[in-house]
Amino acid sequence: MRTASNCPQCGAPVEFLFSNAVQTTCPYCNSILVRTDLDLKRVGEVSDIADNSSPIQLRTEGIYRNRAFQVVGRIAYVYEAGSWNEWHLGFQDGSSGWLSDAQLDYAISFAMKEHPRIPPESNVGRGWRMKVREAELMVTTMTKARYGGVEGELPFEYWDKSEMVFADMRSNSRGFATIDYSEDPPLFFMGEAVGFDDLKLRNLREFEGW
Amino acid sequence: MGASTRPRIQSKALECPNCGGAVQLRGLAHSLNAVCPQCMSVLDVRHEQVRILQKYGSKAAYATPLIPLGTRGKFDGTPFEAIGFQVRRIVVDGTPYEWREYLLFNPFQGFRYLSEYDGHWNYIRTVPGLPAFGGIDGRKAAFWEGDGFKHFQHAQATTVFVLGEFPFQVRNGDTAEVDDYIAPPKVLSSEIVPGEITWSIGDYRTGEEIWKAFQLPGAPPAAAGVYANQPAPAEVKSGFWSALSTAVALEALLFVTLVACMLFMSDKQVLKQNYFFRANTPGEQSFVTPVFELKGRPSNVEVDLDTNLRQNWAYFNMALINEDTGQAWDFGREVSYYSGSDWTEGSSNDSVRVPSVPAGRYYLRVEPEMEATPTSVYTTGPREMTYTVTIRRDVPAYWPLLLAMLLVPLPALFKLTKKTSFESMRWAESDYGSATGGGSDEEE
Repeated sequence: MRTASNCPQCGAPVEFLFSNAVQTTCPYCNSILVRTDLDLKRVGEVSDIADNSSPIQLRTEGIYRNRAFQVVGRIAYVYEAGSWNEWHLGFQDGSSGWLSDAQLDYAISFAMKEHPRIPPESNVGRGWRMKVREAELMVTTMTKARYGGVEGELPFEYWDKSEMVFADMRSNSRGFATIDYSEDPPLFFMGEAVGFDDLKLRNLREFEGW
Repeated sequence: MGASTRPRIQSKALECPNCGGAVQLRGLAHSLNAVCPQCMSVLDVRHEQVRILQKYGSKAAYATPLIPLGTRGKFDGTPFEAIGFQVRRIVVDGTPYEWREYLLFNPFQGFRYLSEYDGHWNYIRTVPGLPAFGGIDGRKAAFWEGDGFKHFQHAQATTVFVLGEFPFQVRNGDTAEVDDYIAPPKVLSSEIVPGEITWSIGDYRTGEEIWKAFQLPGAPPAAAGVYANQPAPAEVKSGFWSALSTAVALEALLFVTLVACMLFMSDKQVLKQNYFFRANTPGEQSFVTPVFELKGRPSNVEVDLDTNLRQNWAYFNMALINEDTGQAWDFGREVSYYSGSDWTEGSSNDSVRVPSVPAGRYYLRVEPEMEATPTSVYTTGPREMTYTVTIRRDVPAYWPLLLAMLLVPLPALFKLTKKTSFESMRWAESDYGSATGGGSDEEE
C-alpha cells in the first residue's frame, strides 16, 4: 500500500514503499521526515551516510524463509573497525525485519517484544549468557558505535543519535541476537546468520569489473 | 529516484605516504589496512588521510605469494580475488613451522581464506556461530552443524609477513592462540586474540584444485606428508571397506559351503580290502578289487592306502575303471616311511582323491612296486608289506575350505594396515602424536 506526499522542505514528491513506515528521508534534499496524522514534518537533515561498499541498496528485493521483502530503509553505524548497516526490510504482510551487513557477513533479525528481562549494560559483557525460546545465546562482542546516518523508511523515529552500545550474541548454531542499548528499556533483536545466496537478492548495486 | 542509476562502485588507488608508490585497493571500503607493495609499510587506509601504521625492516620481501594478489579464482562457481597474503609461524618443540594464508574477496559474498602448508591447501570461511565443546573418544572436541571435530593442535601463531589488504587490523608480529579441530576433510579452527574469539571452518583442497581454480601456470608445489584434515585417499579409505566387505561375503559363502558339505555329503565307504605284497615275486603283480557301486551325482572318490612300511618305500600304480563303459582314471602314489631315534620322514599311509566321478559300477586296478634288490641305501626293511585299500565316495574336502577361510581376510588386513598408517601419519603431527592411537578409529 503505497502512499505519496510532498517534502515540506523542497516540495519534491515523497513516496512511501512501506505502509508502516514512521520516518523517511527526502531523496532530493536529504531532509529527515517524520509522518504525522496529517502530513510530513521535517525533523533534521542527513549528513553523509557512511559508504561501506555494501552491495545492498534501497529497493533491493529478496526472499527470507519463503517471505518476499523489499529493502526500504537503512541505519548505518560507525565503530572502531569500520561501519556496518542495518537494512530495514519491509515484508509484504506489513511487518518489519532487519538485514545486518557487517563487512559482508549477513544476518536477518526481528525486533522481539517478548523476551527475558535484559540487565543493564554494565551487567552484560563477553561470555554473558541468556536463554530465549530454546536458544542458548552468548555475548561474543560488545560494540561501542556511533550513528552513521539514516536513509529511507524506518518503523520508528531514529536520527541524530550519539554513542550507543550493542551486545552481539551467538548460539551454537546460526542463531544471532543483538541487545540495542540506545533505548531505555533496551531493544532486543533475534534471528540468524544467513548466506548471501540464501536471500536470492535482486536489484543490487554494481561493481566495476565484477 | 531510480536506485539503479547510482554509480558503479570502483576500486581505487592511493599513494603510499612512506615511499610515494602507488597502492591499489581491491577490497573497496571494506579494507582497513593495506601494505604498500613497494616499501611494505602497513598503512591505515580507512580515511582519506592515509597513515603509516608499521614500517618494514627489510628491503626484500620475506615471501612471495604463490597466487599473485589481484588474481581471481572460482570456488563453487563464484569468483574470488586474492587481495591479502600473510605468512604465519608456530613453534613446536623449538622447531618453527610456517604456513601461508590468502585473503579472498568477492564484493557480494564477502571474504574467504586459503591456507597452504607443505603443498596442502584449505578453503576457509568464518563460522557464523559458536561451536559447542565436548569430547570424542575421551579427547577434547568441538561440534558444529552436526559434525564432531577432534582436537588436533594448540599453538601460538605469529604473523611474520603481510602483503595486500585486510578488512581488519594486521601487523607483522601479531600473535593469536590457535586451536585446530579436525573431521577430515574438514578442519574447525579457533583463533583467540585478547577480547575476541573467531571460529573458521576449512575444507581440504589439493594444489591441483587451487591451480585449476585460479588457472595458474605450471604445477603446484607437491604436497609433503599427511596433513591434519587431509582425507584418506579413496583407495586407502574405500580400499579397506571394499576389501572388508568382500572378505565378509567370501567368508559367509565358505561357511555356507562348509555347512552344506557337513549336511549333504554322504562320505560313504564303498570298499575296504587288506592285501599282502612281496617284492621279487614272479609274474603279473597287478590285480583288481571287487566291483563296487558309486551312487548319486558326480562326486569325488577317495582311495586311502594304509601300509605297514618301515624304513621302506612302495609305489602304487592305480586306475579307477568303470566296469560298463571302460572309462579309466589313472593315478599313482609313492608311500615311504623312515625313522630314526629322533626323526621320521614320510608316512606309511596316503590317499588320492579323484574328482567328479559319475555314478556307476567300478573297480580299482592296483599294481604295487617295491625295491627288488636285497640291500639298498634306501631301504633296510623287509621286501614285503601288508596294506589296506579303502575307497570312499563323496568325501567332503574341509582342508581347502578352512585354508581359504584363513586367507580370505588377508587383503582386508593389509588395507587396514595402510589405513592405520595413514591415520598415524596424520596424528603424528598433532599434540597427540606420541599418545595412544587416535587414528585407528577415524570412521564415519
